[in-house]
Amino acid sequence: MNGTELTIAEGLRALDKREISAVELTQAHLAGIAALNPRLNAYITVAGEAALEQARASDARRGRGEAGALDGIPLGIKDLFCTEGLRTTAASKILGEFTPPYESTVSAQLKRDGAVFLGKLNLDEFAMGSSNTTSAFGPVENPWSRANDPSKRLVPGGSSGGSAAAVAARIAMGATATDTGGSIRQPAAFCGIAGIKPTYGRCSRFGIVAFASSLDQAGPVARSVEDCAILLRSMSGFDPKDSTSANLPVPDFAAACGRGVKGLRIGVPAEYTLPGLAPEIDALWQQGLDWLRQQGAEIVPISLPHTKYALPTYYVVAPAEASSNLARYDGVRYGLRVAERDSDLRDLYERTRAAGFGAEVKRRIMIGTYVLSAGYYDAYYLKAQKVRALIARDFTQAWETVDAIVTPATPSAAFPMDEKQDDPVTMYLNDVFTVTANLAGLPGLAVPAGLDGQGLPLGLQVIGRPFDEETVFAVGAAIERAANFTAKPQVMA
Amino acid sequence: MSYTLKGETGDWEVVCGLEIHAQVLSKSKLFSGAATAFGASPNSQVSFVDAGFPGMLPVINAECIAQAVRTGLGLNAKINLWSRFDRKNYFYADLPQGYQISQFAHPIVGEGVVEITLADGSVKKIGITRLHLEQDAGKSQHDQHPAKSFIDLNRSGVALMEIVSEPDIRSPEEAGAYLAKIRQITRYLGTCDGNMDEGSMRADVNVSVRRAGEEFRTRCEVKNVNSVRFVMQAVEAEARRQIEVWESGGTVEQETRLFDTARGTTRSMRSKEDAHDYRYFPDPDLPPLIFTQDWVDGLRASLPELPDARRARYVALGLSPYDAHVLTIERETASFFEAVLGEGRDAKTVANWLTGDFFGHLNKRGLGIEESPVPATALAELLDLIADKTINGKIAKDVLEIMFDEGKGAAAIVDERGLRQVVDTGAIEAAVDAVLANNPGQVAQYRGGKAGLFGFFVGQTMKAMAGKGNPALVNDVLKAKLGEPSG
Repeated sequence: MNGTELTIAEGLRALDKREISAVELTQAHLAGIAALNPRLNAYITVAGEAALEQARASDARRGRGEAGALDGIPLGIKDLFCTEGLRTTAASKILGEFTPPYESTVSAQLKRDGAVFLGKLNLDEFAMGSSNTTSAFGPVENPWSRANDPSKRLVPGGSSGGSAAAVAARIAMGATATDTGGSIRQPAAFCGIAGIKPTYGRCSRFGIVAFASSLDQAGPVARSVEDCAILLRSMSGFDPKDSTSANLPVPDFAAACGRGVKGLRIGVPAEYTLPGLAPEIDALWQQGLDWLRQQGAEIVPISLPHTKYALPTYYVVAPAEASSNLARYDGVRYGLRVAERDSDLRDLYERTRAAGFGAEVKRRIMIGTYVLSAGYYDAYYLKAQKVRALIARDFTQAWETVDAIVTPATPSAAFPMDEKQDDPVTMYLNDVFTVTANLAGLPGLAVPAGLDGQGLPLGLQVIGRPFDEETVFAVGAAIERAANFTAKPQVMA
Repeated sequence: MSYTLKGETGDWEVVCGLEIHAQVLSKSKLFSGAATAFGASPNSQVSFVDAGFPGMLPVINAECIAQAVRTGLGLNAKINLWSRFDRKNYFYADLPQGYQISQFAHPIVGEGVVEITLADGSVKKIGITRLHLEQDAGKSQHDQHPAKSFIDLNRSGVALMEIVSEPDIRSPEEAGAYLAKIRQITRYLGTCDGNMDEGSMRADVNVSVRRAGEEFRTRCEVKNVNSVRFVMQAVEAEARRQIEVWESGGTVEQETRLFDTARGTTRSMRSKEDAHDYRYFPDPDLPPLIFTQDWVDGLRASLPELPDARRARYVALGLSPYDAHVLTIERETASFFEAVLGEGRDAKTVANWLTGDFFGHLNKRGLGIEESPVPATALAELLDLIADKTINGKIAKDVLEIMFDEGKGAAAIVDERGLRQVVDTGAIEAAVDAVLANNPGQVAQYRGGKAGLFGFFVGQTMKAMAGKGNPALVNDVLKAKLGEPSG
């Protein structure tokens, strides 16, 4: 049995039937990592020994009939989640060799359910980026390539580029990711896999290196919508250690994948038809809506009038929070410290932060500091908060007439590593379809729906009501079934 | 009469407002479970939250919120059912997160008022602007190593209440009385221990001066003043400095200053231009703090009696306003007083004994009332022995001293030493007869009209009876035997 080809649902069944062991599954993935990671650079840290040990313990549990919901499933963990005893970098130099003495709640819950951690996955530095090119540990390569230019190396998207690339290349069965403005959905779409950013508050943020606290949410990426549902169930739940975590029961998300869409009203926001939107993206969108209509859904045109302000609003709010969240990386208590002899405190800060942060992180810290400064606060931060409330209200009104909204996940397919790097604003446009769900705190799922003319994957996005991930999964699974997306990347274990 | 300072060019009025930082009495910190005990070894009471580790999140400690609300109620202030935590951003080595979580725009407690009593007996109202919660920073230690600074994060994250007054204070005395009043209220409430030596309470003092009838002039803030006396000194010193500046044709610049306790003067710490831009914004890790009026009412119902109410009650019991004031300054004293008072002892008698001999013994030994070797029950026992005429007042004073020295009970001491007062008229008559027989000259003088000698005969009789004679009976017998002085 080819362990790396299995979905998580298939893997769990195979493990249950003793068709494969957790150790075999883990070994297969570690072999894939050894072969592909030098090229893809998806993992920053591979924890092979620990993974095998966890796999052996998992097989033992299964032998005793004590297997958990994810027992023996090898996963990758985005290197933004603190993992006890395992170096956590946030893809930044500033954390140095930081090894947390604690475990993030999300990863702890995955461990609780028996998952095996293969290692820590690459990302944009502090999750700031849309191409996984800002990592201090080097860029991640997308395992997909263009049919007419196979040597051109493409980005996997970001910030969860390592997570998406590893899952697409079959060197993880699933992975944790985080999404502040699209960092789960955009790389999932670029790599031809599924990924969901759940409702803000569904997953605890405890132990996740913070980027923008009011927008950050953890979520899974995997090769099927059902796999995402299985992972999300383990990752979710109230956590008293996170005051923004929602005290709500966690539904059986996987069960919702089979609900179908009959009778559901699917919203199509007029404002998402951007001028200059690639025709094949628009075509895929219409195709997706047709599939849903054919399965019994009603397609309803809606308006989200403040959509055009979402991106600028996001690029005020997120850097503002980041500028404050990243102040703790000061060289005083942990991580990198760059100090000259006899230098004073200010000099220590300046040298440490100059050396420790990359260009994009510095840019966002400066933007954030600026928009919070006296004299600019009202014009930028306060205004952005007001617009954010209007964007959320757009959705609240939409939920009066629709049950879910379907849009493209990204404005383009994966682009070459050497493109869009010079102009940050062009790069920020990658988030145009995804930031609204973060600003409004809504669940958003990316599902692979087709290929572009170059054979690259394209995704659709399903947005749902707060804490109604079940409907989102139902719609996503319906698209997935209709799309029958079987294409595979060129680089694969 | 209002307080003014005389300058070269005339009289100046002092305008002052205080920002008091009071450490919340709680077992754990404002946003973490780490302990708050004073004096622990450095960095032994620090959670990963307090140390600003990656991915750590603050969680509000409900007890700290309750303490702030109790304090707000004690300040007769508006309790805000909706408030919010903001981040105050600045870099310092002992501020691990790079920001302090505080309440800038929406404090938990709004406007209130407290009354202060001044030396001349007058009462003045001082307005409270707000009370907000914030976390303390750690402590930098620059004197432990020649080239390095050490940082102790034990205080990092400890809950502070910042109590801001209106600029209603007009003299050093009022400033001192106000600080003492806030300390008294929080100590009564058990919301702050008020230990100014340990930094549990400290004040930033805002001072300006003006001519009578003028608008406010520019103020300066004197930071971190840590005693009632220093607050009074700082207000006067800073006011005098500003008067000199104005009178010499200068302009007072808004700035932050420090009070030099050794010199008794203030000096500049940083000017307005150097002031930080704190970039306050709502802390996205903490949802707004919302609670119900019912919860507030529940806290109100369980509040202890506050000093003003208690003082009024004592006056109603028959105490002088002064005694009532003295007994209510510290909650411990009032509690002790009430314990001695018990069910039916005479309030005036208890107050006299407590504020007189009892305080005298404590002072002599340098003890606070909570450290008294003589508990309230023991003092009550002594007073009962006086009331039932087992001993007289004079003997009781001696007994109390022995109680302080030896820690024994009053009755035991009385029995052991045979101090029971003599109420046997026969014995008293015998003693009186002997005194009169031994002092014929004085008897003659008394009978001749020198009434003032009566006390001499009382003294001699008591002496003869080793002080144990019942004073009333001794008086009666003496009067009967001496007869009325003539003339």
